[in-house]
Amino acid sequence: MITAHERQEVVAARGIRVTFGAVKALDGADLVIHSGECLGLVGHNGAGKSTIVNVINGGLTPHEGTVSYSGSTDAHGIATARANGVRCVFQELSLCPNLTVNENTRIMHAGLKGWNWRARALKLVEAQLAEVFPGHRIDCDSTVDDLSIAERQMVEIAISFAGTDQPPKLVILDEPTSSLDAGLAAQLMAYIRRFVGKGGSVLLISHILGEILSTCDRVVVMKDGRVVADRQASEFSTRTLVEAMGNVVREQEWQRAVDKPSGTPVLSMPPRRGRGLSFEAYRGEMIGFAGLGGHGQTQALLDLYLSRNSNWWPSRAEELAFVAGDRSLNGTFPLWSILKNLSIASLGGLSSRSLVDAGREKALGAGWKQRIEIRTPDMDNRILSLSGGNQQKVLFARALATTARTVLMDDPMRGVDVGTKQEVYDILRSEAATGRTFVWYSTEMDEIRLCDRVYVFREGAIVAELVGDEITEKNVLASSFAAGEAA
Amino acid sequence: MKLSSSTIRLIIPAASLALLLAAVFYMQPRAMSYTGLNLLFNLAVPIALATIAQMLIMAVNDLDLSMGTFVSFCACVAATLLQTSPATGILIFLGAIAVYAAIGVVIHVRQLPSIVVTLGMSFVWGGLAVLMLPSPGGSAPVWARWLMTAKPPIVPMAIVASILIAAVTHFIVMRSSFGVVVRGVGGNDRSVERAGWSVIRLRAATYALAGFFAVLSGIALVGLTTSADANIALRYTLLSIAGVILGGGEFVGGKVSPIGAVIGALTLTLAGSFLSFMRISPDWQIGAQGAILVVVLALRLALNRLETREKTQ
Repeated sequence: MITAHERQEVVAARGIRVTFGAVKALDGADLVIHSGECLGLVGHNGAGKSTIVNVINGGLTPHEGTVSYSGSTDAHGIATARANGVRCVFQELSLCPNLTVNENTRIMHAGLKGWNWRARALKLVEAQLAEVFPGHRIDCDSTVDDLSIAERQMVEIAISFAGTDQPPKLVILDEPTSSLDAGLAAQLMAYIRRFVGKGGSVLLISHILGEILSTCDRVVVMKDGRVVADRQASEFSTRTLVEAMGNVVREQEWQRAVDKPSGTPVLSMPPRRGRGLSFEAYRGEMIGFAGLGGHGQTQALLDLYLSRNSNWWPSRAEELAFVAGDRSLNGTFPLWSILKNLSIASLGGLSSRSLVDAGREKALGAGWKQRIEIRTPDMDNRILSLSGGNQQKVLFARALATTARTVLMDDPMRGVDVGTKQEVYDILRSEAATGRTFVWYSTEMDEIRLCDRVYVFREGAIVAELVGDEITEKNVLASSFAAGEAA
Repeated sequence: MKLSSSTIRLIIPAASLALLLAAVFYMQPRAMSYTGLNLLFNLAVPIALATIAQMLIMAVNDLDLSMGTFVSFCACVAATLLQTSPATGILIFLGAIAVYAAIGVVIHVRQLPSIVVTLGMSFVWGGLAVLMLPSPGGSAPVWARWLMTAKPPIVPMAIVASILIAAVTHFIVMRSSFGVVVRGVGGNDRSVERAGWSVIRLRAATYALAGFFAVLSGIALVGLTTSADANIALRYTLLSIAGVILGGGEFVGGKVSPIGAVIGALTLTLAGSFLSFMRISPDWQIGAQGAILVVVLALRLALNRLETREKTQ
């Protein structure tokens, strides 16, 4: 085993301080990445991971501290970082949706100049996709708009790993597997190992600790803008890693509602596409939608919502609330304050004579801020001043603050850290105990295990219903894959 | 072969143009000739150029409300200075293009809404146009007149010019890497910036190119009308926006189509003639033109919906 200091430094950030107003995003953080290693970066939302990534890729100039690329500190900025082979795959997808895959490749690779760049870009991205995700079946001439969210993420990863004249030295992956299913994530992790084996380096940020532990050589833990642990991955276990982040590992097993649900269902749906099982939800239940990503779960949630509302003449559905998964696309109002984002769904109840009562709105905001610990000095700040996980908390609060008795959730925990998740799980549990019903599509097994009942989706239809102790990873996977193996 | 979404986008504008043309030919068979076609589409050339200019601005998620007054201003310059002292005229045009680039920079750097800035500029251009030509008059430069009234064999000039404009701008906007990056700015400017491109420079270049096409529009207009006045092209602001949308473009997201934009401009011009052939009184023509727009756009929405439904299945 080669020790870290024998290897060459690719990027080194030392003593970095960054402040946004009163918030210290980074408070003297050090991060050194060597060639030929995969470095894992973990921490809470708001621990400063995204900020240090932005410092390394040149998008943000630190207020204090130095950033050096291959040992030189002469210049800083996006162009310098790119010239030194630093590439970044961001958490929120950052392709141009109106362009084709090969045109996006052109934008990311300034080297693809001159005549016939289209054909060369196509060859480059196709070769890279085939290498990272064998058997991917993505048409590289199609517009990004026409791809699914998982395919977009695959394309973005492939574009970042591709090299025109020289391969990238460091690829930063910020939550790369958030939209990928288990098979694709495994392909990516295997590719990362091959890439690192050839002398490249990878900075991997993920909330899936299993991925970090199995793929990375070294793990850095951040907390409150500082690096609190920096050790070989082999010295960590899931438990010690979570402890280092400052969370206490909690027992995830819940007391499930043992009684067989009875009475009339609050929501029901006939079998989808004429096959499989029908859907029913009873009062106070937590129902999971499982299965591989993109097998009709989101569409089922939308149909459930529309079953109580009209597509032609939408009205405010009083009994249903929806928590969107894609925050930036259909969750937040980016120009509004945190408070406005929270109260929008319950304005009807907050107003008298069609004027919003500002006092009651403030009280509602203050109550939820305390209850779910939204980390902000002032609820009148812009929603975008919050970290991703905290934005998601606000969206939860928006749904829970309504009088709706049923809440539909479309994979809302994408890219949310462990601590925040635990807090939200607790809230969901207590809400379910008061008789609220939750229908929850999730791509993460830990969340599926929290549910009372789980419907497994495959190819747009419900293929299995799991109750109580039957909800195990093995059973869910077995139902998600069964047909593929039989065929 | 699966049709790409950009091809599907072009079907509706092309079909509506064909349908309108068929209706015009049915009502007035004599229009089906060299002269007839030239007369029908003559005025489409400057509109198509203005539509292309508007399309470029819309490709970077902005909107130009000064298009009409700017084309009027260019027409006034073309009818006066460009004809009497060409060097000064060309200098003024270069200056105007530089101003367009500067507007792009200001909008980007100060993060101003383009609608507000260009609305303000529309009064500036309008005022300058009146200063150049206080009363209708002037005369077209000989070469512009010659160009617009040229009679190429077989296909009339209006059609040749439209095809040429569509081909050139399709190459610039859809095929060249400059066009790709410009549309990338419309689609996701942050990712373009992160990839190391200067978005300020791109926006300035896009605005300058739009200014260039608007200048061409003004010259083409004078070449057709032989004289100008300060209010000659006020309609172009809304016509150009309608042309882009009609041709399959969208207000945001960098989704534009130069071929579609030219077709949209042709359709708009033809709609006017169609209504005259229908003997609809001029009082109702504007309303009827609006109705045609509504029908075409409704068709497109229906097609979009069909497309997304196909995608989810």
